[in-house]
Amino acid sequence: MQINKNIAISDSGFIFNPSTGDSFSTNQVGMEIIRLLKDNKSKEEVISGVVSKFNVDEATVEKDLSDFTLMLNNFQLVIGHE
Amino acid sequence: MSKLSYERPFIQKLNTGSMNKFGTKTEFSPVSQLDGVPVKKLTDEYGSPLFVISERQIRKNSQNANRAFKTRYPKIQFAWSYKTNYIDAVCNIFHQEGSWAEVVSVFEYKKALRNGVSGNNIIFNGPDKSVEDLELAVDNNSLIHIDHFDELYSLVELLSGGKKKARVAIRVNMDTGIYPMWDRFGFNYENGQAWNAINKIMAHPELELVGLHCHIGTYMLSTSAYATAAYKLCDLAKHIKLSYNLVVQYLDLGGGFASSNTLKGSYLQGADIIPTVDDYAEAITSTVLNAGFKQDELPTIILESGRALIDDAAWLIGSVLATKRLSDGRRATVVDFGVNLLFNAFWYDYKISPAQDFTHHTEDMALYGPLCMNIDCIRESVNLPLLNKGDQLVVHKVGAYNMTQWLQFIQMRPNVVLIDMEGNVHLVREKESIDTIIQQERMPEYLKKK
Repeated sequence: MQINKNIAISDSGFIFNPSTGDSFSTNQVGMEIIRLLKDNKSKEEVISGVVSKFNVDEATVEKDLSDFTLMLNNFQLVIGHE
Repeated sequence: MSKLSYERPFIQKLNTGSMNKFGTKTEFSPVSQLDGVPVKKLTDEYGSPLFVISERQIRKNSQNANRAFKTRYPKIQFAWSYKTNYIDAVCNIFHQEGSWAEVVSVFEYKKALRNGVSGNNIIFNGPDKSVEDLELAVDNNSLIHIDHFDELYSLVELLSGGKKKARVAIRVNMDTGIYPMWDRFGFNYENGQAWNAINKIMAHPELELVGLHCHIGTYMLSTSAYATAAYKLCDLAKHIKLSYNLVVQYLDLGGGFASSNTLKGSYLQGADIIPTVDDYAEAITSTVLNAGFKQDELPTIILESGRALIDDAAWLIGSVLATKRLSDGRRATVVDFGVNLLFNAFWYDYKISPAQDFTHHTEDMALYGPLCMNIDCIRESVNLPLLNKGDQLVVHKVGAYNMTQWLQFIQMRPNVVLIDMEGNVHLVREKESIDTIIQQERMPEYLKKK
């Protein structure tokens, strides 16, 4: 799964999709996940990346990541969603 | 290096053009203490969900209502509406504040007697009074508010040939310009039924007509309806004086004053649209004062307000059981309290606050109760922080009708505690268990497991 190449992301969590004109806001963990996805990290690498930076266990991140990527897909921000 | 604190990832589409031009305060400021007692401490000791009642707020509401009426009119009596909340501790606070008891069943009547209310200070309303119930009320010299002719005839039959007398009033229904008109209770004013009932009572010396009663509706947003009701009761009272030279001792205006909860579908918050208790008092007392009674014949005004005196004096604490995503992408949060405990969630959009701190991120969500029933929805859409399993929530203004209309359905009813004036916590109703239910059941012999 990859973030659409033309998506613009600011440091404050503001996201803009120029192909649809939609804009979004995300939180710090959401930004970290999007950053990792932009770097073409696998699902496992995203989970370990979040766990290494935030005070959280793997199971929680896995559950939350599943929900978050579903929303990214709903908002047409990703390609190749499983 | 220490790790950053985690908050579940969240993304929200930004919309423009749909702003409410009436900016309202956000609802999600954390409420971590109730009357100075930490929410966490309450649930650690008494579990979740948990009803929490504030003695301080009850007394404040009661004293404010008394002030509003007594500064405007010389003869005021409040009667606590048992059906609104008949937990004994709650009733006794109102009785300590000087309220009589207003009951609508023999169950409530006996509860009032148990609470030490003198029989002559109990108002017995409602359409369901058996002959035995009426006899009990007569023996205790209670005020019997007759609801229909069948009850009137039962009372006449009960007292015929004996020496006992009953102190009675009639409930009068009337057009006060509001919808719906509660004409299923009592005798109608406009079509002459009420006057007919009065004539029948006056024809029976064993019935002592002492008052007139009405109760025009619930969650009334119009004070002018109370002025109309008071005017029509005054009209009847003056006709009684004219026709029978009898001074009616009291006019009971019932209850129905709105609380500051927000009705479903209301554009504005409840607190922004409801009249104050002073507004109701002004409408009622000025109408009676201007009705033309002689000073020494002014009737006592009785008020049976329930909702407005107790709703904001109780909270429900609950916990998040799960968060999930609905098929259309909406967030759903499942909590451990449902319509089984918050019956009034069917017509109120209850204010709900988190009980712990969160970041500034929030999301719209549907809030569902724990029942395995599709109807179990507390809020179809509410904006709250990013909740997780185990987080606690506080539902505000749940004091009226929930602790009487709650259902033992799928789940048991939880503990109810009272925070007293000094901040001490008292268990006033113990949570139910399976024993509460099965002790009422009986197993036919042939169905018992051998």
